[in-house]
Amino acid sequence: MSIKSENFREKAIEYTLFILSLSAIIFLAGIIFTLIKEAIPAFKEIGFFKMLLSKDWYPTYDPPDFGILPLMAGTMVVTVIALLISIPLGLACAIYISELAGKREKVFLKPFIELLSSIPSVVYGFWGIVFLAPAIQKYFDIPSGYCAITSGIVLGIMSAPIIASLSEDSLNYVPKSFKEAAFALGSNKFETLMNVTIPAAASGIITSIILGTGRIIGETMVVLMLSGGAAIMPTSALEPVRPMTSAIAAEMGEAAFKTLHYYSLFAIALILFAITFVLNMLAEKISKKYRIKLGSSR
Amino acid sequence: MKKNIMTALIAAMFTSVFAAQNKIVVEGSTTVLPIAQKAAEVYMKKNPSLNIIVRGGGSGVGLTSIIDGTCDIADSSRAIKQKELDNAFKKGKKLKAHTVAMDGIVLIVNPSNKIENLTSQQVKDIFTGKIKNWKELGGENMKIVAVSRDSASGTFEAFMELALEKKRVRPDALTQASNQAVANIVAQTPAAIGYIGLGYLSDKVKAVKYNGIEASVETVLKNKYSLARPLFMYTEMNMKPEVKKFIDFVKSVEGMDIVKEAGFIALK
Repeated sequence: MSIKSENFREKAIEYTLFILSLSAIIFLAGIIFTLIKEAIPAFKEIGFFKMLLSKDWYPTYDPPDFGILPLMAGTMVVTVIALLISIPLGLACAIYISELAGKREKVFLKPFIELLSSIPSVVYGFWGIVFLAPAIQKYFDIPSGYCAITSGIVLGIMSAPIIASLSEDSLNYVPKSFKEAAFALGSNKFETLMNVTIPAAASGIITSIILGTGRIIGETMVVLMLSGGAAIMPTSALEPVRPMTSAIAAEMGEAAFKTLHYYSLFAIALILFAITFVLNMLAEKISKKYRIKLGSSR
Repeated sequence: MKKNIMTALIAAMFTSVFAAQNKIVVEGSTTVLPIAQKAAEVYMKKNPSLNIIVRGGGSGVGLTSIIDGTCDIADSSRAIKQKELDNAFKKGKKLKAHTVAMDGIVLIVNPSNKIENLTSQQVKDIFTGKIKNWKELGGENMKIVAVSRDSASGTFEAFMELALEKKRVRPDALTQASNQAVANIVAQTPAAIGYIGLGYLSDKVKAVKYNGIEASVETVLKNKYSLARPLFMYTEMNMKPEVKKFIDFVKSVEGMDIVKEAGFIALK
């Protein structure tokens, strides 16, 4: 093959890849555009702050109420419960695999944890309905097991593998010389872990937690199946809630096209998107800082 | 190899375009779905050249699709709304409603619950939050768990109009996305009360009389039972001949047998 045609091939591949990578941006732009376009009528007609701060969600009544505060509160309660479970669980897994596990355990454990994160969410939801909801109802002696804590626990279990896997990676990136230096200064295993390894991997761990949070907030199926779906301001974890994602999923199918209800669901989607977008940006920023820090200290 | 796949793909695209002439798309209410699905199966066996695609999605989705021209028949468990009529008018579409069955909404409680009968006022008070404990109705001392449907579902809208006189459901009611999900929760929860379509009634839950009248085919058809509503299939005013034939089939004696099998109430 001549050099010329070789060059041409190289260029062709380069451009094809460029266009394909551009398409991701185009799709993203398209989604953002649609979200904004369909959400604006809701904000205009209801009023942005009235929508955000009012406590009644009665979209199909006459007159309707479009307060999404209870939906946001529902998302928040569920997310906090999930994080309370997934952070300790995920970090413990990560520390054990990266620092304490033997080679053979490592080979065995890591793929299994990653497998856990690939179980479809509807399967988790199903498990929650069949097993967890009745158990919670009995244990707490509450009228119904479909409440914030049930979906929070399932979401926590679901997102723990993400935190575990990413944190384990960042713990692994900590240079061996750091640990050796700590050992040389007389630290034991635990002290090295707490004072050297974890602080050095901190930004990576925080990134993993932020990404896990994004996953929890965006998860739909589990909350739709387990959180009960009552749009109230929750006063305890044992009350049913209606997180934003489940409201969209449950109502989009029946909302009449181009009505205020339809637009307001897009408004919820836009807010949800904004939250996860900010979280991702934050994660990106922190992980970048972390790379530079390690790079200069190597 | 790649070339072969491409040719196959292109061929598939073309055949689907040609096949479109003998295709009916039915979309909409999940309540009407079992009727449409079974009717389509039986009808396609008789007319092998015809392809009927049945999709759920909800009454709103079906009506939106027929207005946009992406389906031929829209299943709906509610009458079309003014807003949707306006949209149809803007697109120059005239729609026609065909009543295909009646649906009774049944109030259900857990089998362990001793309550047999509820008056319309009691039902209203339970679902709006005035009555909070089964004790107030002569039952056990349990906090009532009201289970409702998502506020956009056809069953919910019908229940709200027929039983609640458009009053607001108490905000702490659990909401579920399907009839089956409501039935499952009520079967699981001793203190629960919910409402479902007559077709979803099973022995895992207990049906409660409404104003002293049991929900049944007879009581609905004789207009004795008041928690009942018609189910529709919407088409364009000028139907394609194959659509008209299918609608006629659904309304025929054979179609009505399917309606009964699906647990709804046939008109004939």
